[in-house]
This record gives sequence, C-alpha cells and structure tokens, in this order.
Amino acid sequence: MLLSLSKITKSYQSAEGPVQVLKGVDLDLMPAESVALTGESGSGKSTLLHLAGGLDRPDTGAIFMNGRDVGTLDDNGRARYRRSEVGLVFQQFNLIPSLDVAANISFHARLADRFDLEWERELIDRLGLEPLLRRYPEQLSGGQQQRVAIGRTLAARPPLVLADEPTGNLDETTADAVLDLMLSLTQNAGCALLLVTHSTRLADKLDRKVLLRGGRIVA
Amino acid sequence: MNRVAFAALLSHWRHRPLQLATLILGIALATALWSGVQAINAEARASYTRAASILEQNGLAQLLARDGNPIPITVFAKLRRAGWNVSPVIEGDYRFGPARIRLIGIDPLTMPTEGRAIAMSSSPDVVTFIGGQGLLVVSPATAARLKDLTSVPVKVSGDIPDDAAFTDISVADRLLEKGGALSRIVIGPSQRPGLPALADVAPELALQSAGDRPDMARLTDSFHLNLTAFGFLAFVVGLFIVYSATGLSFEQRRATFRTLRSVGISLRSLTAMLIAETLLFAFIAGLFGVVIGYFLASALLPGVAATLSGLYGASVPGSLSLRPEWWLAGMAMALAGTMLSSVQSLWQVRHMPILAAAQPRAWARASAMALRLQSLLGVALLMVAAALAFGGSGLLSGFAVLGSLLLGAALLLPAFLSGALQLAESRSRKAMTVWFWADTRLQLPGLSLALMALLLALAANVGVGTMVSSFRLTFLGWLDQRLAAELYITARSEAEAARLREWLPQHSNAVLPIWNTEGKVLGEQMQIFGVADDRTYRDHWPLLMGTPDVWGQVEKGEGALVNEQLWRSRHIRTGQTITLPEGWAVKVAGVYSDYGNPKGQVIVGLDALVRRYPTIAKLRYGIRVDPSAAPALKREIAEAFGLPDSNIIEQASLKRRSQAVFEQTFAVTGALNVLTLAVAGFAMFTSLLTLSGSRLPQLAPVWAMGVRRRDLAVLEVVRTLALWLATFLVAIPVGLALAWVLLAIVNVEAFGWRLPMMIFPADWLRLAAVALLAALASVFIPVRRLAIVNPADLLRVFANER
Repeated sequence: MLLSLSKITKSYQSAEGPVQVLKGVDLDLMPAESVALTGESGSGKSTLLHLAGGLDRPDTGAIFMNGRDVGTLDDNGRARYRRSEVGLVFQQFNLIPSLDVAANISFHARLADRFDLEWERELIDRLGLEPLLRRYPEQLSGGQQQRVAIGRTLAARPPLVLADEPTGNLDETTADAVLDLMLSLTQNAGCALLLVTHSTRLADKLDRKVLLRGGRIVA
Repeated sequence: MNRVAFAALLSHWRHRPLQLATLILGIALATALWSGVQAINAEARASYTRAASILEQNGLAQLLARDGNPIPITVFAKLRRAGWNVSPVIEGDYRFGPARIRLIGIDPLTMPTEGRAIAMSSSPDVVTFIGGQGLLVVSPATAARLKDLTSVPVKVSGDIPDDAAFTDISVADRLLEKGGALSRIVIGPSQRPGLPALADVAPELALQSAGDRPDMARLTDSFHLNLTAFGFLAFVVGLFIVYSATGLSFEQRRATFRTLRSVGISLRSLTAMLIAETLLFAFIAGLFGVVIGYFLASALLPGVAATLSGLYGASVPGSLSLRPEWWLAGMAMALAGTMLSSVQSLWQVRHMPILAAAQPRAWARASAMALRLQSLLGVALLMVAAALAFGGSGLLSGFAVLGSLLLGAALLLPAFLSGALQLAESRSRKAMTVWFWADTRLQLPGLSLALMALLLALAANVGVGTMVSSFRLTFLGWLDQRLAAELYITARSEAEAARLREWLPQHSNAVLPIWNTEGKVLGEQMQIFGVADDRTYRDHWPLLMGTPDVWGQVEKGEGALVNEQLWRSRHIRTGQTITLPEGWAVKVAGVYSDYGNPKGQVIVGLDALVRRYPTIAKLRYGIRVDPSAAPALKREIAEAFGLPDSNIIEQASLKRRSQAVFEQTFAVTGALNVLTLAVAGFAMFTSLLTLSGSRLPQLAPVWAMGVRRRDLAVLEVVRTLALWLATFLVAIPVGLALAWVLLAIVNVEAFGWRLPMMIFPADWLRLAAVALLAALASVFIPVRRLAIVNPADLLRVFANER
C-alpha cells in the first residue's frame, strides 16, 4: 500500500458557520496505480487531494504514506513529505513566474535531491518542451504551461503524483493529449497518480474511479 | 448617476485602509518636509526684511559714498542748504565688553517717521532720546546682554531686532569715534519741488533706491537655497510613495473602470472623477502635511536661527509665526505633487480601451523597453551632470549638477540591480538559490521606485556626511592653526588697553594685537585686520598660496593677504594691486582660508594698519604663553585689571564655542537627512507591504514543493537586505560624487571656499547600520504576515473548489 486515508474528516469556517467538507473518507492507493477522483463541485475532491499532499491537515482520521502516518506531521515534517514523496499538478499550473521553463522543470527534482539529467531530457523530449526551455511562464499558452507543470512534477520522480483538474483549463483535444502523456510518463516513472477530474471521459482512462459525494466516497 | 459612480470608485479604499493610509501619509510626509523648510525660509526672510526696514531704513531711498568711505558732515550740510529733506545716520559695530552690538545713530528731528523704528510721539520722548547721556533703544534680549555693561541708559522696545541698538547720532558718533563722519544719508519721502539734482549737489554720493533687497537676504540666499534643495529632495522621495500608491490603486480598479464605462460613464466623466478623487486626497493629506510641517519647522527653527547667527550674524527669531503664504504654498505643492504623481496613471486610463483586460500589477512590471529607456535617460542625465560640473558656473549650475547626478543615478539603479541579480542567478547552482535570485528580479519592478528613493536618501546621507566630516576635520585643523594664542583679551576702554600693552609683555611670550577697521574694498564692505610680525603667524596662519616672502611683504606694509572668499569672488591674483579705504594701494601677497566667514577679508601689517587708520580701536589681544601657564595668567590679569571673566577667553573655550557653532550649523542638514532616510524607509515599507499582497501566488508553488513558510519568510528578509545592501553599495560612489559636487562646486559658489575632500568609511558603516535597522523595520510586518500565513490562504491559490 502506498497511500492510505482512513476516516478523514475536514471542515472549514465560512461566513455562515462551519462547513464540513469531508465526512469520514477512506481511500487506498497502490504503488504505480492511477485513480480518478470524481464528483460534483463542492464534494471535497480538492480538499482530499490537499490532505493527501500534506498541504493541509485533517480534523480527524489518519493518512499513511508507505506505512508512515503523515497526517499528524508538524509543519516541517509535512514540508519534507511534500518535497520528497509527493508531486503536485494544479489546474492553474502554478509555475514559478521568475524561472524559465528549464529551471521550472528541474526545480522540484533539485529540491528533492533527485535531479537526473537523463530522465529530465527524456521528459523534455516527450513533453515537446525543447523549443520553450528559455521562455518564461507568462510567454506560454495554457497547454504549454501544463506540460511544464507535469514535467516539473515528474522530473522529481515522486512516489505519488496528485493532480487537481490538470486539464480543467484546456480544450478537449489538448486535455486528452496532456492526460495521455501524463499517464504514460507516470507509468514510466513508476509513480502512483491520484487525479481529480469532473470529466468521466478522462476518468475512464485511469485504472480506477472513485466518486465523492457530500463529503463521502459513494463508489 | 455620477454620484453613484463616484461612490463606487471611492468604495475601493474602504476595503484597502492600509493602502489609503499609505497614500495619505506619502502626500502628508512629502508636503510636511517641503512646507517645513519653506516655513523656515519664509520666517527667516521676513525677519531680514523687517530688520532691513528697521535697521537700514531700506524702505527709504539713501545716499552712500561712491568710494565706500565715510561721508563728511559738510556734504550733508550742502544737501540741507540746497533744500533736500535728508537725515544723517552714523552706524557701526561697538563692543560693550564681550557684547558686540550694532549701533545705529539717527537724528530723530530730521529722520522721517518710517525710518525711526520707534515711536516718538511727544517732545519728552525726543528729549529723553537726545538728552543727557543719551539712550540705547534695544530688544529685550539685547537689554539682557547689555546688563551692567554700559552706563548709557537702556530702553526696551519689542520692535528692534536683537544685537542692535538705536541711539541718538551724537551718542553713536562718540562711542564709535567717527569724528562726525556719516555712514549714510536717508532721503525723506516728500521733497520740495524744483530741487537741484543730487548729482550736482553731491556728486561723490550714490543713490540707493528704496526697497532694495536687504543685504542679509542676499548674503543668506545660498543657505536658504541649500535648505530648499534638501526640502525638495525629501519632497521628491515622498512623491515616490504617492506615485506608487496611486499607480497601484488605478491598476487594481481597472475592472471597475471597465464596468463603469460599460454602464455608460463617459471617459471624460471617469477621468474627472479620478481627478476629483486625487485632489480630494491631496487636499486632506496636504492639510495634514502642512500641520506636520509647521511642527517640524518649529522644531528645526531654533537650530536654523543659531546657524544663521553663527554663519552670517543674522538675527532670526527662534519661534515660528503662521504665515498664509507658506500654508498656501504647502497646499499648492501637495496638490501639484499628487497630480504629477497621478498623471501617468490618468493618461493610461484615458487611453485604455473599454474592453481592456485587468492586468494586476502591470503598472509595476517595467518592460525591457521601458527599462532601457529609463537607463538611457539616466546615462544622459549623468552626462549632463558631468558637462555642467566641468563646464558650468554659478550656484544654479551647481544645483543642476546635483539634481542630474542624483536623478541619473536613481534612474540607472533598476537596470544595475537587474544586471547584478541576473549575474548572481547565472552563477548559482542550487535550485533554491537560483529561484531566490530569479524571484528577487521579479520583485524588482515593484520595488524599484522605493529603491530609487532609498538610493537618493542614502546618497544624500553619504554625500552630505562626507562634506560635513571633511569640513569638520578641515575646520578643526584650521581652528588649531588660526587660534594659536592661548588667551584672548578684550579691554573695556582704550586707556585700559594701553595699560595692558605695557603690562602684558612682561608676563607672556608674545602679545598679538587683534586690531581691525571696516571699509570698502573692491566695492564690498569688509574687515581689514592688522597682524604683528610674529612667528605665530608665520608658523600657523593657514595660507593657501603666497609669494616667497609673503610675511616680509605684509610686515613692511607692501603686501596684503586676502581671504579665499575674496580671492575667488573677485578672481584676484597674487601680485595684483588692490585699493583699501582712503586710497591705500597694496599688492596681494597671499591667500588664506577663512572658513565660516561669508564676507571678504584683508590682512595687512599691524604697523601699516595703525599708520593708515590711526583711530582704530585697539582693544583686543591674543596672548602667547606656555599653555600650562594660561589659567594662572588669566587669574593674574583678572586680579590686576579687574577684567570680567567674559573679557579673558582661553583658547580651549574659544575652540569649544567655535566647534559648537559648527555643529549647530549642520544640525538642520543632519535632521533633514535623517528625515529623508525615514521617508525612504517608509517608501520601502509601503512597497513591501503592497507586494506582500501579491506574493502568495508566487510563493505558494514553492511552499507546495516542500519549502517551509518559515524558510520563505527568512528568504524574504534576506531578499530585502540584499536589495538594500546593493542599493547601499551604489549609494556610496553616488554619495561621494555628490560630496565632490558639494565641496568643489556648490560650496565654492555659495560660500566662497573650497575644502579638501576626505573619506570616512566608519561613517558609512554607521549609516549602513541605521539603514539595516530601517530595512528590518520595513520588512518586519510583511514578513511576519508571511511567516504566520494560514496554510488555507496558500491553499486558496491552488483551490478551484473544496
């Protein structure tokens, strides 16, 4: 078992009072497995992803990564966890605007001390980023930016890749191409993938689908 | 509809109180520093005008001798006989013991009412003024100084400036020993028709029209220009804050502008509303600024008054009165400055297409082209500065060099920093280091205005600090040379002076008379001193240049020394002949430095001086004695002659006093420097605070990849310090260039002396420490915000939903 989430609850304060987003979620992920997390808006998909990625802490419940409880880690521990065990891909790409494409791609791998030039070259080649290496994020289209974000995540070869609607800002054709590439590369790198998506069509491409509704996994 | 639209525009500020406070404070600080300086200048100038109108009767036309010599009484008699309504004046400086007072002797019977300064409405007033022992009419402060120093009765009048006394012409004649010779003749405002022309009756006299600018105003022009320049620098630094705040508010409201226009608000109405908003803020902040400026000026004025008194002998009251002209000028500057800072943003709104997308912080993202243009302008300004420095002349040219140098350097700073950061980035290997330099470069456009303001403030500090420290060191060395005598004695009368001359040689190593007269040389009123032939002068007197046998020529009465001010202003060469009063022609044998004296001065041999001007006062002496014996000799003189303590001054005490005057002279400059630095620190703080609002999207990805908030916060501090340090390093050469301009151009033009430039790295370290503290203070709040930022806020950057 790579990732195991057990009885996870999470609530947020809103103007109207506390809102419980997750109401006891259980989810397991095997190494190199790809899982699609689907559900309506507000069902708690992104929150679950953030908890799995160590970006946030659950109110109750446990998160185990390779058998280690990461849900109770302090700020420093979670920073280390994100650096070395998780790779995140977001809908808004969230590239580092001050770095060019080449530096963006190698950034996480270097941080995690897993920089591998050969693997990075392969990624660049597969993602078709060679002509864009000296460009800055603001000079790229949405699809190009997302390819860079995927490259950045996979360059570090994290055991777990968490992707939050990575194709949400892209048109259908580009979205298909980007996801295919992502699946192929994660498989190649031996990474597990937990992907949040609204699209059933895209979810069908993954090993398994999980449906989240009202803060609970229903299928 | 427009009211609703205006309310919508203003609602922006309700959600951004800190930004509003920044804008208001920026305008208020800029206005305060400017109007504070103007208040001081207005007060001083009003005081000169008042003094001139009272002491010099400059509201009336006057007659002066063309050759600068006293006017014989016979000339006055000729004018009266010809029917001219004129009144004589005898004036001069007189020492009442240690108190040097300007005596103005008038004839109350012929002096027009406007020239009397004091009301003499009845016969008893006039009788008291001219009768008996006479009367000295003085200010309360002068009356206090004269207590027990004179037997002439003293009357206090609030209308008379300090250190001056009005008296009857006969009393002035007696005390000043003028022998009836007049200083000037005042012409009454009403004259009989058909009088013979003045040129026919008294061709030896020249007419000076009524209302000429007071001498003191002319003399102190450069000082006030210096103050104005500093006030303006602080104002410009303050405007950087305003520019930054208005630019940001306009950019943040682009979407609002678009919406307003799409619902039918015309471009003209929108622009008018934005101008109205800007003016409203400028007005409110300007009021705050003028009030702060008033208190600032009140705090600084005593220092300025002491400076003016120390440098020029000008008497300016230490308290401030409310003058409508500077209130209005302050408000006008606030309005004009704010409009100037907003004009670019307004122009952009005018030219923004109705469907233009909002580009948050596009205003701050200087394009490569803009940076290149800015750098080119910077280089052009530096070239102008260099051309003016080596080819221009005059004080205004000096200030133009200063302005071009500072502005040019400030404009070049962003390009320089960008280049340095790029170099650092290219040399870095580690991912975080590469990111750190790249991210710092990304922040540069948003911080560049604040950094430019910081550069101006730091360079001004380094420049003025170098100038003052160079001046201090030179001045102290010069004082050591010039104040060579161990004791300085002032006799109370000529008889006492004669007894001292007999007594002193047996009790000291040497007696150096300090005798002088006043008169016109090359058309300028100045002092002419006599020096005895003594090794003290040959060994110590600070000569800048001289003929091989300079002291021999002076001793023989064939040569004269001129001070640096006279030498520079009149382009005198050694060997040139100048004519002293009463037609005494002497050759210039040398030039000496004479810091702190705004006027020209001449030194001749003592014997020759006494031969030419036998009536000069012979009251003051410098005494050479073994330094350890000075206190004993002082006691001995006091016992033998009953001289009060204030008439026997030890060298150390005189040096202390001179140094105190020196320090006071630059106290105001120092205060303005600190204030400018404080404003620059505030500009940096506001910029960092503004940027911190847009930092989360830039930092969140790095945080998500496993960098702790604490580490990001530390890096933010390091980034700020790195930028401050880089700016500080640039400020040093700019400051040194500024110091050179001040010492070699501005001082020479303004004061008439040039000082050697010295370098004081320890001062830079002190300034660096102050700047470091200011940097840490400016970054504290934004970084604290980041260090404790709620992870939920960082998550919001990624979250599309929950």
